[in-house]
Amino acid sequence: MDYVDGKLDWVAAGLPTEGKDAGKPTAGSIARHDSPTCELSESLGEVKKRVRATGWDSCVVINSEQVVLGTLGKKELTGDPELSIERAMRSGPSTYRPFVPIGEMAHELVDRDLPIAPVTTSDGRLVGLLKREDALRAFHEGRAHRRDDSAAMAS
Amino acid sequence: MPRFIERAEVQKLAGRTRLVEVLPAREFEKNHLPGAINLPLRQLETLARHTLDPARPVVVYCWDSA
Repeated sequence: MDYVDGKLDWVAAGLPTEGKDAGKPTAGSIARHDSPTCELSESLGEVKKRVRATGWDSCVVINSEQVVLGTLGKKELTGDPELSIERAMRSGPSTYRPFVPIGEMAHELVDRDLPIAPVTTSDGRLVGLLKREDALRAFHEGRAHRRDDSAAMAS
Repeated sequence: MPRFIERAEVQKLAGRTRLVEVLPAREFEKNHLPGAINLPLRQLETLARHTLDPARPVVVYCWDSA
């Protein structure tokens, strides 16, 4: 039998793994899975209302197969409410795979000044939305734990 | 001809099948599915003959379908 979707699908679903990196935070484990989504056919006004109601300030534009087409960040959401999502969105955003270590993601989001990053499977289906603040928090917490472990071993 | 299966079936069959990751050893060492063994693709034919029980169903996987 062939588990054709493979390890990427398993990790993206948040299922446990074994090995030396098992349990370490990654883009997939820190990404939020409850981020609002919208489709091209909607208007910016209706999407903005829905996004604000959920307490978010960003939204991922997807098609019916969950493939990421673009993002709407704080700036895009303040546009003309009559605009179509297609015209308002930031199209073709960089997407990241779920297994990328959170340290690499934190650097990437800071270096490229990205407040959010969609995490997707290799065929572009949305897994979750990673916020820069979440990536930085997880990265710094990981470093603090490693320092505590080193101190405990030294004492 | 192998049968394609999805995640839910992999979970359902856990314990009754031999899970085989065909990625290189360094990828396997980082992380792999619980209970999987590593038979890298390049050595698959040679290693499979000595490692796998012909009576036990096998599920193979790599990174993804790409």
